[in-house]
Amino acid sequence: MAILTKDEAEQILKKVIGFSKADGIQASLNGNDGGNIRYARNSVSTSGEDSNVSLAVQSYYGKKSGTATINEFDDASLEKVVRRAEELAQLAPENPEFMEPIPQPTYGGESKTWAEATAKISPEFRAKVAADSINPAAAKNITAAGFLDDNRGFNALMNSKGLYAYNKATSANFTVTMRTNDGTGSGWAGSTAADVSKMNPSLASKTAIDKALMSRNAKALEPGKYTVVLESSAAADLVRLMLNMNARQADEGRSFYAKKGGGTKLGEKIVDERVNIYTDPWHDEVPASPWANDGQARKRMDLIKNGTVANLFYDRYWASHKNVAPVPFGGNTIMEGGTASIEDMIKDTKRGVLVTRFWYIRPVDPQTLLYTGLTRDGTFFIENGKIKHPIKNFRFNESPIIMLNNLETLGKQERVVTSEGNPNGFIPSMKIRDFTFSSLSDAV
Amino acid sequence: MKRRDFIYLTGMGASGAALLSGIPGMGKSIPPEKVLETVDVALKKQLADVALNAARSKGATYSDVRIGRYLNQFVVTREEKVQNIVNTESYGLGVRVIANGGWGFAATDKLDKDSIAKAAETAVAIAKENSKLLTEPVQLAPQKGYGEVSWKTPIQKNAFEVPIKEKVDLLLGVNDAAMKSGASYITSLLFLINEQKYFASTDGSYIDQDVHRIWPAFFITKIDATTGKFETRNTLSAPMGMGYEYLDWRPQDKIQSVTTLYKGRYDMLEDAKSGGVQAGEKLKAKSVEPGKYDLILDPSHLWLTIHESVGHPTELDRVLGYEANFAGTSFLTLDKWQSKKFNFGSKIVNFVADKTQVGSLGAVGYDDEGVQCGKWDLIKDGILVNYQTIRDQAHIIGLNASQGCCYADNWSSVQFQRMPNVSLQPGKQKKSIDDLIKGVEKGIYIIGDGSFSIDQQRYNFQFGGQLFYEIKNGKIAGMLKDVAYQANSQEFWNSCVEIADESDYRLGGAFGDGKGQPPQSNSVSHGAATARFNSVNVINTSRNIG
Repeated sequence: MAILTKDEAEQILKKVIGFSKADGIQASLNGNDGGNIRYARNSVSTSGEDSNVSLAVQSYYGKKSGTATINEFDDASLEKVVRRAEELAQLAPENPEFMEPIPQPTYGGESKTWAEATAKISPEFRAKVAADSINPAAAKNITAAGFLDDNRGFNALMNSKGLYAYNKATSANFTVTMRTNDGTGSGWAGSTAADVSKMNPSLASKTAIDKALMSRNAKALEPGKYTVVLESSAAADLVRLMLNMNARQADEGRSFYAKKGGGTKLGEKIVDERVNIYTDPWHDEVPASPWANDGQARKRMDLIKNGTVANLFYDRYWASHKNVAPVPFGGNTIMEGGTASIEDMIKDTKRGVLVTRFWYIRPVDPQTLLYTGLTRDGTFFIENGKIKHPIKNFRFNESPIIMLNNLETLGKQERVVTSEGNPNGFIPSMKIRDFTFSSLSDAV
Repeated sequence: MKRRDFIYLTGMGASGAALLSGIPGMGKSIPPEKVLETVDVALKKQLADVALNAARSKGATYSDVRIGRYLNQFVVTREEKVQNIVNTESYGLGVRVIANGGWGFAATDKLDKDSIAKAAETAVAIAKENSKLLTEPVQLAPQKGYGEVSWKTPIQKNAFEVPIKEKVDLLLGVNDAAMKSGASYITSLLFLINEQKYFASTDGSYIDQDVHRIWPAFFITKIDATTGKFETRNTLSAPMGMGYEYLDWRPQDKIQSVTTLYKGRYDMLEDAKSGGVQAGEKLKAKSVEPGKYDLILDPSHLWLTIHESVGHPTELDRVLGYEANFAGTSFLTLDKWQSKKFNFGSKIVNFVADKTQVGSLGAVGYDDEGVQCGKWDLIKDGILVNYQTIRDQAHIIGLNASQGCCYADNWSSVQFQRMPNVSLQPGKQKKSIDDLIKGVEKGIYIIGDGSFSIDQQRYNFQFGGQLFYEIKNGKIAGMLKDVAYQANSQEFWNSCVEIADESDYRLGGAFGDGKGQPPQSNSVSHGAATARFNSVNVINTSRNIG
């Protein structure tokens, strides 16, 4: 039941719209089938599946709106949920920021978000992924802890202005942490894809095992400013933090994108001119839905172009208030990369630090986008072009804006799995100078 | 028609397969009046028995079932506008089993007999599949059945019964007060939780619980148009395991310091007024000189440091490695506990785990695997003496009973070890906040929680705050900004030299303590009285860009 086709969803939504007696109505029908397996201490700890479909209806009279939801789809239930939304709309206070739904936009082509192989993942497949991670770990006196999560779902949206939008998507994410049994070494790796046949969890497990073995008996390095080679996961976890480019917050003077004296930083150069970041729903590696939650068409759009702020996101209310076209949030993040491999960047470094991933990243100052966090599961000292030895983890206090002003080299792009947040990103590894590590951590 | 009538008529009628799925599933928006309805206990017992019997018949050696109805209400306003009023409900059943020595879990929002039995069968099938990869069978600490029992948060005023208009008026009044005292922007909200949880197990327990929580909060921004700088000042309230009475403040609930501090009840209007003024003061405050300072930490701040540096590392599942791939492990390894002399903190440092504390977020009668809740020492006179654990891990630390720390954030989530309230015990000598400040030559007094970050084994942390006051020669010498402190957990708690007495003891806490994959959220409180920490490293967090 959970994955309705475009026609099946349309049939249900047409009935819903037909029941409306309000000034207008918008209805969304969403479904998801998910499964996961989790293991630790070289043994499966939890595993499960879940499935759900739900319909949400928003009715409105002028600027008063009400929302009701249901998970039954017979005619009587559909009519009931519409009446309920209408009752609530009549009771609601006026919302001066309410925006009527939009008519049918033109979407720029067929979505690439569905992969049949991911849709067919079974409990046996998940158990095999776990076994293929646990067995090689156990053979090397290493303890594996990992997680595989797979989803297939659909979203459909229809309104009384004639809009109908449908998309279905799959995703699979795998992460694993390998720890040496003596507790002195730890390595992490991940693999993610819309199409599970492009994923390689066994390779991720091998990478994590190698890093665990390499990271044993780390030495302490003095905190300070270092050249860093950031693997794509580490880079992405900081880059994603500069992309909440909300125009309203900037116009109100309370974000990094606010300009001194009023207005926004739109058009201002904020980072190195080699930095190009954009969103594109038709990207092959990180496909996204061609439409945003309110039905607006997504398109390829620059966010940062040659280091300059190319666009900010305007919701429909704020866009009308500022008399500009609305700009919906994208469904993915692509940062242009270079040709250098991690090995190339290490070879080219006289003295620096290789970072596998960051952890517990939290905002310190929203004005400068200053964040703090720590390195984790594979941090190494680079000297004269070679990895010299593992080092103890560092706490950093750094802003992605400062970081991308101190860009040395852009590496190859990868579809990234990150420690925190999921940017659906295709982000390069990178080499940065003068990255601020402020203290040492004893954590392994 | 009342919900319970609806359920009886449609659900348990002549046909065993009659649907109960008219009850909305996970996280649905519902009309406001629905939050006052409850599901009949007799019906829940019938549904639970369907699951337990189905699991047993498929070969489960143990099973438990949780029928949960999770209600939330959010009222969100901004300046003079109501932004959102939402009521959500999540209702369904989760069944957990042991078969062939392994765990299995499945959940459903379709509460007819067939769907429940199918969920139980799926759980057994998953347990059998997983058991092939087991290194050792699950070993459960013994637990007696309690029969049919119930527990309810001792609230005085059910917040869900308070009219929406009263809540909106309160928040718009709060916004008005903050704007009049200088705020440029304010968002304020009320977040209410009611967990109606029913637990049954093959041990013979049928436990019905009604848990209430409340969080009133605001977030003020003040902008200096000439410099383009801005500062924020967040609420000094705490989320509590209370009803709407939390907002009915009394004079005895206030502690006068450099700003008013709140104990057990909260004057939101007064705090917003102060907040508007203080956001402006923060813009003009002196930027801190980095270095070593003695810190006086208010409970509205210290709760978060306790949460991260004491609460998490004493979780036994982290110690054992179950969270290695996400939340991390712990520096408090078993050998340190076994030694009985690991110096976690100074001699005056005593931490107690307590799932019974009135008004706290973690207070329940029974945990989510049917264990009656209690209270125990974690750190005694500075020494690590115990952990937090659940039934399948208790034997590892030599216990023959669980400590009742099992929790799932939804019927659809599998329950696992979650943090109880973990609180610093107040000082035994009579001491006020002023007494602590008087003794400090060079220090900083920190109020309210701010930025927070800690490593995956809970050694190295960094915390910000809301309000920072410089202390010079025993006196408050003005406001500071750009303050964060960094320390190692063990060194920090060993630098604790003074704790104010019981009259200053207050609770802080959070609704959103995250752990697990997929992540689950836990609500937990941490009590403390104001405490002094000597010679802590303070950094300056300001940066110049462009």
